[in-house]
Amino acid sequence: MDTLALLADGFATSLLPLNLMIVILGVTAGLFIGAMPGLGSVNGVAIVLPLTFIVPPSSAIILLAAIYYGAMYGGAVSSVLLGIPGASTAVATTFDGRPMAQQGKAGLALIAAATASFVGGTISVVLFTMFAAPLADVALAFGPAEEFALVLLAFTTFVGLGGDDVPKTIVMICLGLVLSTVGLDLISGQPRLIFGDLPGFYSGISFLVLAIGAYGVGEILYTIEKSRTSPTVTPAKITFKELGAGLRAMNRMWKTMSLGSFLGFFVGMLPAAGATPAALMAYGVARQTSKQPETFGTGNIEGVAAPETANNAASTGSLLPMLTLGIPGSPTTALLLGGMVMWGLVPGPMLFIEQPDFVWGLISSLYTANFAAVVINIALIPLFVWALRMPFAVLCAIVMVLCIVGGFAPSQKLHDVWLIIAFGVGGYLLRKADYPLAPLVLALVLGPLMEKSFRQTLIAEQGNVLAFFERPLSATFLCLAIVFFIWPLVGLLFTRDHKDHPHVPSKRPKFARTKKT
Amino acid sequence: MSKFNFTRRAAMALTATAMVLGSSVAALAEDWKPQKPVEMVIMAGQGGGADRIARLFQSIIQKENLSNMPILPVNKGGGSGAEALRYLKDKEGDAHVIMATLNSYYTTPLRTDIGVDIAEFQPLARMAMDTFVLWVNADSDIQTLDDYVAAVQAAGGEWKMGGTGTGQEDSLVTAMLEKEFGIKHTYVPFKGGGTVAKNLVGGHIDATVNNPAEQMGFWQAGKVRPIVAFTPERLAVFPDVPTASEMGHDIVYWMQRSFVAPKGMPAEAVAYYTEMFEQLAATEEWQTYASEKALVADMITGDELQAYFLEERSKHDTILNSMAESS
Repeated sequence: MDTLALLADGFATSLLPLNLMIVILGVTAGLFIGAMPGLGSVNGVAIVLPLTFIVPPSSAIILLAAIYYGAMYGGAVSSVLLGIPGASTAVATTFDGRPMAQQGKAGLALIAAATASFVGGTISVVLFTMFAAPLADVALAFGPAEEFALVLLAFTTFVGLGGDDVPKTIVMICLGLVLSTVGLDLISGQPRLIFGDLPGFYSGISFLVLAIGAYGVGEILYTIEKSRTSPTVTPAKITFKELGAGLRAMNRMWKTMSLGSFLGFFVGMLPAAGATPAALMAYGVARQTSKQPETFGTGNIEGVAAPETANNAASTGSLLPMLTLGIPGSPTTALLLGGMVMWGLVPGPMLFIEQPDFVWGLISSLYTANFAAVVINIALIPLFVWALRMPFAVLCAIVMVLCIVGGFAPSQKLHDVWLIIAFGVGGYLLRKADYPLAPLVLALVLGPLMEKSFRQTLIAEQGNVLAFFERPLSATFLCLAIVFFIWPLVGLLFTRDHKDHPHVPSKRPKFARTKKT
Repeated sequence: MSKFNFTRRAAMALTATAMVLGSSVAALAEDWKPQKPVEMVIMAGQGGGADRIARLFQSIIQKENLSNMPILPVNKGGGSGAEALRYLKDKEGDAHVIMATLNSYYTTPLRTDIGVDIAEFQPLARMAMDTFVLWVNADSDIQTLDDYVAAVQAAGGEWKMGGTGTGQEDSLVTAMLEKEFGIKHTYVPFKGGGTVAKNLVGGHIDATVNNPAEQMGFWQAGKVRPIVAFTPERLAVFPDVPTASEMGHDIVYWMQRSFVAPKGMPAEAVAYYTEMFEQLAATEEWQTYASEKALVADMITGDELQAYFLEERSKHDTILNSMAESS
């Protein structure tokens, strides 16, 4: 096999002592960067980029890949421990990871996240190794119509698959879509919803601000209220026994994890989509195919495993359009692209042919980085969990500081800090009224993408709405979306006759999401 | 507020006077150094020509140690660069923000009232002039400009031309084509040239006027075909591609690749960055990149650059007005 020989050459590079050391350093740095809300892999890669010029290009790209991977693992840490998604890719991890931490199972949740990330990373790298070139054509087949259909599908997996209060979910999606239109319109360049002329709104409302506000600050307020009489944070312990139990629990989840990996890889591969919709879709699908969908959102370990496999698989997937088409799928891959241009590499279809050393060195380093990340992550879990043993009064203040700093750091605008506080209060009130927050955040992330691709398609097709159904890929996605949307309604009719039907989500308007926090 | 501005302006004037009286600009430039990472705002989304070139500059600056602090590129591509312009306006007096521009630097404030006057910004350096080429998918039958015009006419207005935001460079070139040949396109705006290139190869649009750098990877792979260049002379990298002007159609359009700073950036900082870009222009990496990607590396700085910006702004005002009249 040609591919295997090339991969072996790649390993010869990535297993050099210098490169191994770089992987370990990069992964550790990435873990901490990813675990801090507000500091994502973008910052990590940006800070380290200058360092990469003192080592050979192959080592440099290994360092960047290691940070990228490490940060992907680290994102789950703040989602689980603090309930604040450090990056948009880790939103879905909070749904079940946070309740697990509150039940004193933070260690187990982190083990699940690490193992799932490893599985997702490994499966996707294998897929990448085998099918990189042909898959580039799939990415090319995605035009605006397909993008729109895919985003719509991501939404419906949320509306339809949940057993929650559907009207409330739809209300929150609409609210999120309204928030996503704030700022300058992508196509005409006109400002929208800027509340008079507040310059802070010109750049829109960033995901991070909403997530930190609604999840981080809102969570603190909610916990303070609930724990007025007695502190509720359960001190988490982690022992080798628990580690073993965690790994055994993961062993039962192959179906969820392989589903998450494939879904994550394919969605991540599409230039427009990326890891966030991938993780959310994986969560939605895992919940739907589960035998106990009602336990999702209350601390089900599968609810941690599914999005974590998917977001890691997607981060590998998003390297594919970057290498083969020269289109970065995420801000981090854009930085990697910048580095490649510097080293005189032209990303695009010819890269695999003209620069096999570089490409295969990178791919093999994904294997080593992934392995190093899981080992280092599991080794550090006791340290992360230890942070939760702090008295709640102290922890609460630290989290609040992290929220404000994390929200201010990326844009350095005080405007964002005020927004965080406003979203925090709003999120707290919504939570008290049993409105799910996840669809709100999802809509803010996916809304701009959906709007842009919808309008591009309509412009290109002279306003013909049926164009979405005339293209095979987008038609398929749209039909799936319709099925997912109607399914719960059909399910509702069915439950009356067949109470034990395993695939029917039980309709308990309040239960699942409200216990999620 | 106005009082505050006045005092700050007065202070700046004093500094400037002191600078002239005291020592040379170069000596002062050595005194001032960035105190924290420098933010490089990019007026476009990721993967397009503007983005790639800005990131290339960043990489060269860091590799050659032209700045003692890291340069952090930030994409603010929303609203045809309006997001970036507004951002730069808010950064008045900041010595740690620079912005990589493209032509939407003047067209966007002309088209929409976003409260930005580019004459207030501090020009740093124009690094290069980028070129425009008409591209079609390699699977298409179109070989020449005549074929192209015939195909667009046959499509009866439904010919999909992809490009960056409406009113940006690509749409201006498209408008020039339409005016010259009396044809009509359906113009589909995308976030950046990289996405446009992908959509052309994927068959979602029929043509584009991307810069050569944006299309290079696909061209080398034989996936796209250049039809005509909108330059005065043929491009060295595409010797067989005719220019529109040699065929008797006067369509010449450039994209400037420059750097500007916010209003009121301290003079020492301006001198520092200007010197940094002068050193950058002399590096081998930049020279190689410019010739490979068909860029004209013609550097100007300071007042000369400001005069160029203002002249281009009035030229574009005319173009935009004639576009608005014809449509």
